[in-house]
Parts: sequence; structure tokens; C-alpha cells
Amino acid sequence: MRYSLSNNTRGWPRVWLLMAILAVSGSAVADTDEDSLWLGGLRAAYFGERPIVQSDDVIELEAPIRAEDSAVVPIRIKAKIPQTDERYIKTITLIIDMNPGQLAGRFNFTPKNGRADLGLRIRVNAYGPVRAIAETNDGKLYMSRRFVKASGGCSAAVGTDIEAAKRRLGKMKFKTDKSVLPGEPLAVQLRVSHPNLTGLQMDQITHLYTMAHYVEKVKITFEGQPVFSAETGFSMSENPSFRFNFVPDGAGELHAEVIDTEGLRFTGQYSVVPGEQRAEGN
Amino acid sequence: MISRASVLLLLLILWPAPSMPADNCKNTAEVVEIATGIYVRPGKHTVVFDGEAAANIGFIVGNRCVAVIDTGGSYAEGQALRCAIRSVTTQPVCFVINTHAHPDHMLGNLAFREPGVFYIGHKKLARALALRGTVYLERAAQQAGRPVGPEHIILPDLSIDGQLRLDLGERVLELVAHSVAHSDNDLSVYDEKTGTLWLSDLLFMEHIPVVDGSLKGWLTLLETLKQKPARRVVPGHGPVQDTWPDAASDTQRYLSTLREETRERIEKGDDLREAQKTVAYGEQTRWQLFDSYHKRNIIAAYTELEWED
Repeated sequence: MRYSLSNNTRGWPRVWLLMAILAVSGSAVADTDEDSLWLGGLRAAYFGERPIVQSDDVIELEAPIRAEDSAVVPIRIKAKIPQTDERYIKTITLIIDMNPGQLAGRFNFTPKNGRADLGLRIRVNAYGPVRAIAETNDGKLYMSRRFVKASGGCSAAVGTDIEAAKRRLGKMKFKTDKSVLPGEPLAVQLRVSHPNLTGLQMDQITHLYTMAHYVEKVKITFEGQPVFSAETGFSMSENPSFRFNFVPDGAGELHAEVIDTEGLRFTGQYSVVPGEQRAEGN
Repeated sequence: MISRASVLLLLLILWPAPSMPADNCKNTAEVVEIATGIYVRPGKHTVVFDGEAAANIGFIVGNRCVAVIDTGGSYAEGQALRCAIRSVTTQPVCFVINTHAHPDHMLGNLAFREPGVFYIGHKKLARALALRGTVYLERAAQQAGRPVGPEHIILPDLSIDGQLRLDLGERVLELVAHSVAHSDNDLSVYDEKTGTLWLSDLLFMEHIPVVDGSLKGWLTLLETLKQKPARRVVPGHGPVQDTWPDAASDTQRYLSTLREETRERIEKGDDLREAQKTVAYGEQTRWQLFDSYHKRNIIAAYTELEWED
């Protein structure tokens, strides 16, 4: 296993280290057993000895059994418990066992989310489990797991019109699903125009692998207060999309800050006005 | 891009093409002569790599040469087509025209490989084959249960940007390389003699259209293609049609419904997963293989349309 590493992988050293470990030990543990990578090292690397309850009672992962397009696999994580100050989902960790860089992302929630639902599009490189692990504010871990049949998602070529994509780099679109009602949870979709290059895609002219270049951090605030944040890897599809909930307590500004592996920083705003539904670009 | 002069020069160099060696024909494809000298081997409506001949493929016979139009999804399919050619003419195959890079149309290419046979494709065909070829070979190998090597992917000797007129001997074919539509490397073939327009996967009949290029580009191109008078058209999948441009209406209806309903979902703030459950299901009973390709089409539509201003 050899990958082009971007020179900015701060915050992800563990992933690379883990990949190195798996490169050595992977063949020994990767067998017919679906969970061999997980049990053979992934679990310990990310959660140590902590108990994990495998259950769909706290979060439920929805994913296609067979992906139509391995580079764009829409998934949904549904929270089964409301976000209250007393008990809430603090973090959801997404692991794709068979992807290089198995840690697809960490997504952070607050009681302000109302419900810690999450909609994403991911790349899946080979048949294997996708798992979402929720950590509640009392430190307990709950895992929902689905087996997804897909292959080649990380090496699939990016969209055809590369020039248009470059011009659009960092452009954002916010979308809400319905009229804003104060105190009611609102589903917000943030889409970011970014090629999210994996480093495993070959340039057909030079036959060199294109350098990895992907969105690494997303921070959403409402009137300066954190609402949602994510640390992501290249397992997020080209033009990553994040759908999350939050409960606006009135009119105000949603603000998004997105940082990629080259240190480029993009921002976007969205005015939340009670009674209105509309989209706003960057 | 190549000029017409250089093609003529090339043709001079090529002629007379060597006659093909005798074929050992255990399987001969069943072909239908849809117009004088134009033969179609009809495909069956199955998903690609399901072990069946999925696409419409065929050939056109001139006074000096045969042009093959697509070679099928496997070497065996290509060979059976080659045997069908031998059963109707002694003219040599001079050209293999690949209408686009999809495996059900071009993985039979190797069956025609010999000196004097020129492979022709869209300017972007080679790129598409380079990007996808390995995956196609892996899938083909899984299906066949034995390795399918890179020799089965044959890059074009002639790459077309714009148009090319090809003379088969008292029979001129007009090849047009299109902008991104069904795929980014679609090529159509028009036979002037019989007014036959071979559209391949720019037109689908019965079999659900598959979007692998640009939904908007395809709809725009269909409007242009409808202006072209043709006595009959050959779709990439489904029966040959003799009512052009009326025959375009099913494909157009599906694609425009997909476009409009996807736009509505994006506008409403629904994400891709929700869109996959709701968009254009009114089309479900109108197409074969709907369940195999529709959700994928929604992904293509959504990811294309979501950045519209």
C-alpha cells in the first residue's frame, strides 16, 4: 500500500500510522470474516478497550446493500434519541473498514441539534462493513453497522468537467427542508464544491497519481455558537454534502467554515429567517 | 483531430485490405438486415456483465469494405458477429467503429484485430477507456470466471473530433463525435445510402436510458438530432425504429422527467438519498431494467444539477 500523502495531514497521523500497521498485518487478519479488520486492529486503534454496544437503538445507519455508484454512496444516520441537555449524542465516528484511511469522519453535535441525524455521501472502495459509532455525553458508545457492496470508490475518476470544478472550488450551498419555525428542528444541507481528491486517482495524461486534496474540517455556527462540526477524510465523495439538524431559537446567521488539506479556507453564510425557506450560496 | 485528406491518404495505404483468414465458426450471431447492407444483431435487455449480449451491435457492407459498428460485450460476442459477417459477404472488415466506451459495446473488439483493420472512436474514447478499462476487465473476468487481459481493450487508431466521412465503396458513412450526452464519448453513424442513423446509446427503446455523461447535454443533443432527417434509427438497446424523430419521445420523456423531478427535490432541500426514493417513479412501469439503473441515474442527475445557479 503506497499513497500520495499531502504535506498537510495534521490531525490525521493516527490514520496513517494505522494504515502502516495494517499494511504489515493486514494480510494476516483480512480473511473471509467480515469483521476481521475491525476486530484485528481498527476497533482498538480508535476506541481502545472501551465497551461498544452494537445496537440500532441510539443511532441507525441507513446505507444501500449494493451501491449504485461506489464513488457516491448516499448514507443516512438516524438518531433514535432526542438531543437534550441531560442526554445527547456528542460524536458520531464513521469507519469504512475496507477504505484506505478507514476513518471517514468524526461529526460533533450539541443539544442545539435537536436530533443528531446526519446525511452524507461517501466513497466505498471494496465490499465491507460501514460502521457509525455514537458517543453519548455520558461517554457510552453505540455502534450501527451495515455491509455495503461497492468497489473502486476511492480510485474512480473525478467528474468529467475538471475546469468547471476548479472555478467552483470552495463554493457552498445551504439548503433547508422547510419553513423555519423557531424552536423546531430544521434540517440543513451544506454542500461544498470540492474535488476531494483521494490521492488514489490516476491522471491519465501523466499516469501519476493526483495529490490528495480534500476537505478536512467543517465548522458550523449559529450566531457564533457551535452547531455542528466535522473532521473528515477523503472517503467523503467529491463535492461533499452534510445534512444535519439544528433548532434555531430565532432569526440569525448560520456560518460555515471549511478548511481543506492545503490549508485553503472557505466560508459561507445563510440567514435564518423565521417563516422562510430558501437557498443561499457563498 | 484528423483531416479528410489524411483519411483518404490512409485509405489509399490500406487498400487492398487483406482478406480475413477463414474463421472457425461454431457460433454465428443472428443478424437482421434492417436496410440494404445494414445488419443488426439485436441485444437482449439484461444488465451489463450478466453473461448475455446486451447491446445492439452490427455492421454495414459497402462495395469494398465492411464497417463493424460495436463489437459486443465479450470476445465470443465479437467472434460470433465476425462469423455473421462472413456468412453474408466476402468483403474485408476495414473499420471497427466504437460508438462509445461502455463494455457491452466494445469488449468484443479483439475478435476483429488484424492488419488492415482500423478502429475508430470519439476523441475522448481513449481517455474513457484508460479511466475505466481496468474496472471493465475485472468485471468481465468475474463474469467469465477466467482472466480477461488488457489486450481486449483496443484504443482507436482514428480519433474523431467533429465529423468524418468514411467511404466503404459506393457507400459513405458520416460519423459524428458528439458533445457530452449519454457518455462523454458518443459517436453516431449515418448511412447516406439508406438514410439510416445509427444512434447507439444516444437512444434507448424499452430498456431504461442510462446517464453516464450529462443529463442536460443529452437532452440538448436529442433536440439537435431530431432535426436530422432519417428513415430509420438504430438505438443502442431495443428495436430499430422507422419513425424518426418520433422515436425519440420515450427517451426524452424519461430524461426530462428525471431532470425536472430531481430539480424539485434539490430545490426542496431533499438530499440525494431522499431523491433516490422519490424521483421519476412514474416511469417505473414503462421501462425494462428500471430497478437496475434508475437509482444510479438519480445520482448522476442530482450531482449534475445541484450546482446549477
